[in-house]
Amino acid sequence: MRRVLITGLATFWGGLVAKAMEADPTVDVIIGLDTREPEVELERTEYVRTDENYSILSRIVKATQVDTIVHTFLVVDSTQMRAKTMHEINVIGTMNLFAAAGATGSSVREVVVKSSSYIYGTAKQDPVWFTEEIPRSHPPKERVERSLEAVEGYVRDFAVDNPHVNVTMLRFSNVLGPDIVTSISRALELPMVPKLAGFDPRFQFVHEEDVIRSILFVLDNHLPGIYNVAGDGLLPWTEVAKLCGKRTVPLPTYGAQYTTLPLNWIGKPIGEEMLALLKFGRGIDNRRLKEAGFQYNYTSAGTVKAFVEAMRLRSTVGTTTPTYRYERDVEQFFRHSPAVVRELEN
Amino acid sequence: MAPRPDRTAKSGQDATAAAEALKHLQAVDDDLTAGRSLVPVAHPPAGAPPLHDPRMSDVDEWGRSEHMRSIARRAFDPMYSKWFRVEWEGLEKIPTDGGALLVANHAAAIPSDAPVIMHGIEKELQRPVYGLADQLFKSLPFVGVLWSRGGGVVAHPDNAYRLLREQKQLVLVFPEGSKGPGKLYSQRYRLRRFGRGGFIENAMRAGVPVVPIAVVGAEESMPIIYKNTTLAKLTGIPYFPVTANQIVFGPFLGTVLHFPVKMRLKVLDPVHFDVPPDQDRYSKSRIMDESEQIRELIQSALYEMLRDRKSVWFG
Repeated sequence: MRRVLITGLATFWGGLVAKAMEADPTVDVIIGLDTREPEVELERTEYVRTDENYSILSRIVKATQVDTIVHTFLVVDSTQMRAKTMHEINVIGTMNLFAAAGATGSSVREVVVKSSSYIYGTAKQDPVWFTEEIPRSHPPKERVERSLEAVEGYVRDFAVDNPHVNVTMLRFSNVLGPDIVTSISRALELPMVPKLAGFDPRFQFVHEEDVIRSILFVLDNHLPGIYNVAGDGLLPWTEVAKLCGKRTVPLPTYGAQYTTLPLNWIGKPIGEEMLALLKFGRGIDNRRLKEAGFQYNYTSAGTVKAFVEAMRLRSTVGTTTPTYRYERDVEQFFRHSPAVVRELEN
Repeated sequence: MAPRPDRTAKSGQDATAAAEALKHLQAVDDDLTAGRSLVPVAHPPAGAPPLHDPRMSDVDEWGRSEHMRSIARRAFDPMYSKWFRVEWEGLEKIPTDGGALLVANHAAAIPSDAPVIMHGIEKELQRPVYGLADQLFKSLPFVGVLWSRGGGVVAHPDNAYRLLREQKQLVLVFPEGSKGPGKLYSQRYRLRRFGRGGFIENAMRAGVPVVPIAVVGAEESMPIIYKNTTLAKLTGIPYFPVTANQIVFGPFLGTVLHFPVKMRLKVLDPVHFDVPPDQDRYSKSRIMDESEQIRELIQSALYEMLRDRKSVWFG
């Protein structure tokens, strides 16, 4: 039986991972941490409110004796929050998480970290495909990349100091899908898709469903190490726009961040790390995870198509996901009241 | 969920421990097949049809597009057969299947040898050629995209390995780099240093032969008569030339148009290295020796061809 701790329960990924795990009878206990209340309806996951850098974490780990930590609370979209908050969540949060997980007598035996391919950077001298071993070619410039580098440093230190723990780091390519909102999905939803004049970089995508499946896959198969997660194939950005049925609008190569400022005012910001990608793109080699037995359900182009279909549906019937509001008393009642008949325990 | 594998069993020499670990793996497999896995979405069954891949262009992972290439071929063919009147010798020495690293001398302010070699091989052998080149191309707006669609790939050892070893393609490289085209007219047909021998190491690791090609004519197609280092530094390009073409054809046309020189290309015997592929490291001295030998092969072939050449314009 597994006892799982999920960080970032209120984020897109934390909620989906918790939901998938609830369906599994071999998972005994699921504890979700976040600063905000969960946004998906969960049956048996216990939500604990923390501050963004998890100061109470070591107490929780000790009290609940979790054996698995799924660290999904890493922000890789700079448009979501201020730089300072992102630093607190990504760097300080991870530091405290691993400090708690590595305490003497810790029960943690398995850790999965949801990192990102932003760690590889993007530059003209880069190889077409990054394998897990190829280091980035230039020092990180964007905030996201800088904080990810610090995070991966902590993960590596933890893995070296705790050889008895299976530490898995998954580096995800650009995620697209029916539900997730990122800088890329916002750019593709605009009436005309922005590109940099004179550049047509190749992009790689991974479907949000494959993201969840890969997290569960590495947990299930005890696969320590670093794995790239991305769909097959690289698409030129103009082809991505074409798949979306949109035309492109060229932005100036220099100072593109100023021309996209009006998008911030209408609530469709495009992050600096995304603009950097629009110049040289990036490809990551997904073969290591495939060799471990994982099978993708979507290629890069298939992912874009799934996104487009959902975008068309949304533009016709509006948002399709039911809105859910976390009510503390209701959730407590269903989980702990003796009046509720619980089949799982018998 | 199967019990966690014992860490000591993994590293230990004990046969029983190994058997235990195997049993655990089996248990994990059973778990997966019994549908008790954590993965909520079922895996596609073995032998399932390939994933739906709704592509809308034929741009491959390297950025090359056969469609764009065929347009470029149609546009360049008059230049190839009428302007430069290209003649090949020993084209049959280029393998018709399997990977090979083509190595040639490099010349002219805007090198005319690269398109000629790529066009010639694609025309005569119907095989795509990928050209490894400086990352500078990728960073130039518009030019970079055209270069990439036409088969240009950033010269990175990992790119070379994949193209040569995994995809068994023909790859063209100019080991002189920008020092070849950047030399003055007075230095013509004197090969520069062959980089740091990286191309030999790539060929060894990929287990492919190196096919040397000697090109005569490109040097005179756009000769550099003056170079300005300050302007080169300011603009960030390797050399800032004034060419004879700019004087003859004027500053605009002369920047892009080559002289109608006669181009002759000679393919030399492929060089095979008697080393196992996929090694982490290769002997540095061996690499430098081989690199120097290939440089001398091309250099002496050039001298021989120049001895036979009666005219720059008619060959």
